[in-house]
Amino acid sequence: MLNNIQLLIDFPVFNLQLLLDGLMIGAIFALAAYGLALVWGVMNVKNLAQGEFVIMGGYIAYYLSIDAVVRIGIPGTDITFFEVMKPGVNPLWALPVVIPIMFGFGWLMYFLIIRYVIDRDLFTSLLATFGAAIVIQQVLNLIFGPDVQTAESGLGTRILFGSVTIQEIRVLSLIIAGILAALVVLFMKNSRMGQAIRATAQDPRAARVMGIDTDRVYAFTFSLNAAICGAAGVLISMIWVIQPFYGIAHSIRSFVIVVAAGLGNLPGVIVTAFGLGALEQYGGFALGAEFQQAVVVGLLIVVLVVRQIMQARHRQVVR
Amino acid sequence: MAISIGRYTRRGALTIMGVATAALLAAPAAQAKVEGDTIILGSAISLTGKYSTNGIHAQNGYELAVKRINDMGGVKVGGKSYKLKVVYYDDESTPARGAQLAERLIKQDGVQYMLGPYSSGMTKAIAPVTEKYQIPMVEAEGASRSLFTQGYRYLFAVLSTSEQYLASSIALAAEIAEKNGKKPSDVKIAMAFENDPFSQDVRAGVMDDAKKYNMQIIIDDKLPRDLSDMSTTLTKVRAVKPDLLVVSGHSKGAATAARQLAEMKINVPMVAVTHCEAAKIVAKFGATTNDILCPTQWAETLSYSDEYFGTAAEYDALFKATFDGYKNVPYQAAQASAAVIVWKDAFERANSFDRDKVRDALAATDMMTFYGGIRFAPEGNNIAKPMVLRQIQNGTYNVVAPSKYASHPVNWPRKAPGS
Amino acid sequence: MTLAMTKSQRTLGLYGLIAIAAVIAPFLFSAYISQLTVLWVMVLFAITWDAMGGQMGYNSLGNIFFFGAGMYISAVVQIGLHYDVAEYTAAYGAIKVDFTPTQYYTGLVLGTIVAAVGSVLFAFLLSWVVFGLRGPYFAIGTLGIALAAGELVGAWEYVGAGSGISLPVFPGEPEAGERFFYFAFFVAAVLTFFFFRWLYQTRFGLAINAIRDDEEKAEAMGIHTMRYKTITWALSAFFLGICGSLFGNYNIFIEPLEVAFATVVFGIPMVVMSLLGGKGTLWGPVIGAILYHVIKEATWKYFLGWQWVALGLLIIISVVFFQQGIMGWAQEKWPELFGIEVEEAPAEGEEEAA
Repeated sequence: MLNNIQLLIDFPVFNLQLLLDGLMIGAIFALAAYGLALVWGVMNVKNLAQGEFVIMGGYIAYYLSIDAVVRIGIPGTDITFFEVMKPGVNPLWALPVVIPIMFGFGWLMYFLIIRYVIDRDLFTSLLATFGAAIVIQQVLNLIFGPDVQTAESGLGTRILFGSVTIQEIRVLSLIIAGILAALVVLFMKNSRMGQAIRATAQDPRAARVMGIDTDRVYAFTFSLNAAICGAAGVLISMIWVIQPFYGIAHSIRSFVIVVAAGLGNLPGVIVTAFGLGALEQYGGFALGAEFQQAVVVGLLIVVLVVRQIMQARHRQVVR
Repeated sequence: MAISIGRYTRRGALTIMGVATAALLAAPAAQAKVEGDTIILGSAISLTGKYSTNGIHAQNGYELAVKRINDMGGVKVGGKSYKLKVVYYDDESTPARGAQLAERLIKQDGVQYMLGPYSSGMTKAIAPVTEKYQIPMVEAEGASRSLFTQGYRYLFAVLSTSEQYLASSIALAAEIAEKNGKKPSDVKIAMAFENDPFSQDVRAGVMDDAKKYNMQIIIDDKLPRDLSDMSTTLTKVRAVKPDLLVVSGHSKGAATAARQLAEMKINVPMVAVTHCEAAKIVAKFGATTNDILCPTQWAETLSYSDEYFGTAAEYDALFKATFDGYKNVPYQAAQASAAVIVWKDAFERANSFDRDKVRDALAATDMMTFYGGIRFAPEGNNIAKPMVLRQIQNGTYNVVAPSKYASHPVNWPRKAPGS
Repeated sequence: MTLAMTKSQRTLGLYGLIAIAAVIAPFLFSAYISQLTVLWVMVLFAITWDAMGGQMGYNSLGNIFFFGAGMYISAVVQIGLHYDVAEYTAAYGAIKVDFTPTQYYTGLVLGTIVAAVGSVLFAFLLSWVVFGLRGPYFAIGTLGIALAAGELVGAWEYVGAGSGISLPVFPGEPEAGERFFYFAFFVAAVLTFFFFRWLYQTRFGLAINAIRDDEEKAEAMGIHTMRYKTITWALSAFFLGICGSLFGNYNIFIEPLEVAFATVVFGIPMVVMSLLGGKGTLWGPVIGAILYHVIKEATWKYFLGWQWVALGLLIIISVVFFQQGIMGWAQEKWPELFGIEVEEAPAEGEEEAA
């Protein structure tokens, strides 16, 4: 561990590599985390299927990027009405496809499950979405199999200062994530629905009195979250690898970021996400790759403890 | 008062419990080890969950050999011909179920002869159970060295053990160093191994070999099980410039390594990665994977042959014709087929279904198969078949070591992809 | 009075029936002994979770931590008594080990005791971290602890890291070994049941129910909530530690992420079992555990590949649409069967106010 840190001191240029890699991946974490902050803040739903939405988006991008035979027929039988060969396209084109698909999926999930947990106690939404997460993982596993997959953007790599590599896809992802985030913020500020969402977040009962259909607002918020996560998944599939069971790590990251940054704090979410991305890279470098995950979960506990210490100043407990 | 509520609660509870228990027990009765003219083999294998791709490869391998042997007249014991059949249980890719399922196969299904599960971890979970019941098991997918240090009498493995996976890569690195006027002890090794029983055993093998040549290990990372990024390890690799990078982490390790080596333009003269074929890295990442070394248990280009499948190439063709969707036949399937052949051979030599006679016949196995020679050491591992090292050269896998099997010279040094 | 006598006799009779059924089951259905053994593990899981989640209202997602901790503590003790642990767990496992029966039993007993004590100590230590957290933060925090523990043990060479540990094998006949573990888990589950049954009838039980119903008010009434919470958490840990130690020996091979700290395989199902049966009731978790185990085994057997989809759906359905659980539903439907008069309803087993 010490010699790894020594390495960073001796060759400061590698700090730049870790930092850049971390920040660029952090931008994608920020997307999923912002989605979580949205549903948590507006609907008080703690969505543990966040990571699964990400992975779903990734698989759609992967599926679009490969040549595949699309068979329209009766499932489970050999009866086929027609078959078409779907040529692979660049997974970047998956973005405009994934966003509406995931939006629709979010809408469906809202009306099947989430609608019933909004007014329930806090634990219900955690466990219900965990159940949903398991179903999504398993269905993805049944469709795509358990092997890791990647989607290839076909973009190259640039070299800075002789030994820092920057994948163009990471830069592009950073830009896309930025644009998506800006769009969402503009939407929340200016559109009728965005205003309704903010009003509902502040006081659902008052919003209802003012004639806002809060059920629709909730459905829209949840669907928006699914769409944002799906977009993050497209980017992830082009940078990292995806596998049906990888969602949990992304969910945990979202929770770490939101718990650390607080709800309704968009700049906080972004800064924390960048920080987490960089911290993971440094943790993996200094401690060894086996601690990369442990760093994330460890950070979750640290953040919770810090929160608790801060709250303890306000609370008095009989001991 | 609270007590009285408790009691009535209990009555309601009992009714429900009774129904549930009845449902649990309404299942079929036990089968015998040899039913009529069928010999029952049993296997707990990963049909669902994380390892199911390879688990299903192995199952297909078992099934192909069973079908082939049955088509060729079955197993002849005591002048009578018997068919083979395999009972499978899905272990959901978790060792928490492995031992239970082995017990279930033995107790519930009366299985007396076992085929192995997929992965070293599962084999480690099951071997103690089969040993306890003295049920012979021929396994084809658990390579951990530690399986063969415990003095198991009933465990036989057709595949080469874990320390051999990268041994020839290390030997090759030493050879090349000497050719270039350097000492083997100058060779610097970077290691990245998944944190699972198999890869950690491979790592132990590399450590031993490195010690033998006095090589230095300059990076020793464990990759997490849900590996999706190894850029930190590769950044370290770029910083310390090793002569040899070895990576082992099932298919996900191979896929992640192949992709990020290319993307980060990592320049290491020698890179060896396990499970290249399973991860289909050539199809996915094309020319950037050139010159990666891939150890394999078996290759269809090798010159082994037997009476059941003919040559390795003929096995390859038959397998592809039987099962849809295979462009390459993974060695996981080939070794599974070999395990079934070993069983057949042992039954016929024992000429009996007596467990101990069959066990002794297994121990005395000395045969050639399409998969390679099979002869078991007293510990149960196969010592008659070497691993081969292949290199990806212009998109094809060519055998480069050991020299007895090599069809092509090794390309060295490896150029950074795309440079 | 005479009626009460017969009632208590009937109760005794029912317990006797269960006991007899449980004792003869492994002989009668000896082929199914492994399923029956795991059934008791599930029952123990559900009861210990319910003490926290059902009776005290602290919904932990990380109780599996104590199971794993117990498993590893016991393994280290058992091996450490006779061998060098680091050498034993080295990836090669190059040393051959043989435990004599005496070594095995002393190791198992000692290991289980240390595991129980160790788990309790961990519970006390962790209580400083987790009990300041409320509601979802508590659930997320405990989940984090379980996940972190798996990752950290998985990186710890001394206990074999990701390679896991092979534990000594039961020295006697295999059939005897199976029965040994069946009865070990049976006794552990029964002790757990009766312990918590007794506990819920004491002042302690009322106190933790009060914490569940309104922690602020409970504090205001002078209940030392922190003390009660810590002790309940430690009691769960005690039994889970024992269970972990036994399960490690039963499973023979242990490993951090898939066996010991197996959040998806065991950790979350404990919660689901309790909810399914009816949390906050004495029998709910037991019924939930049995039902869950049966559904799991049946879907695995008949709908292979879909078993986890089915379990995921089961989680959703039981949590979203059936949160009162079987016992809660039965109590609502036939209150007279449960001896509940409407005014007395909140005394036991009712849903907490959300």
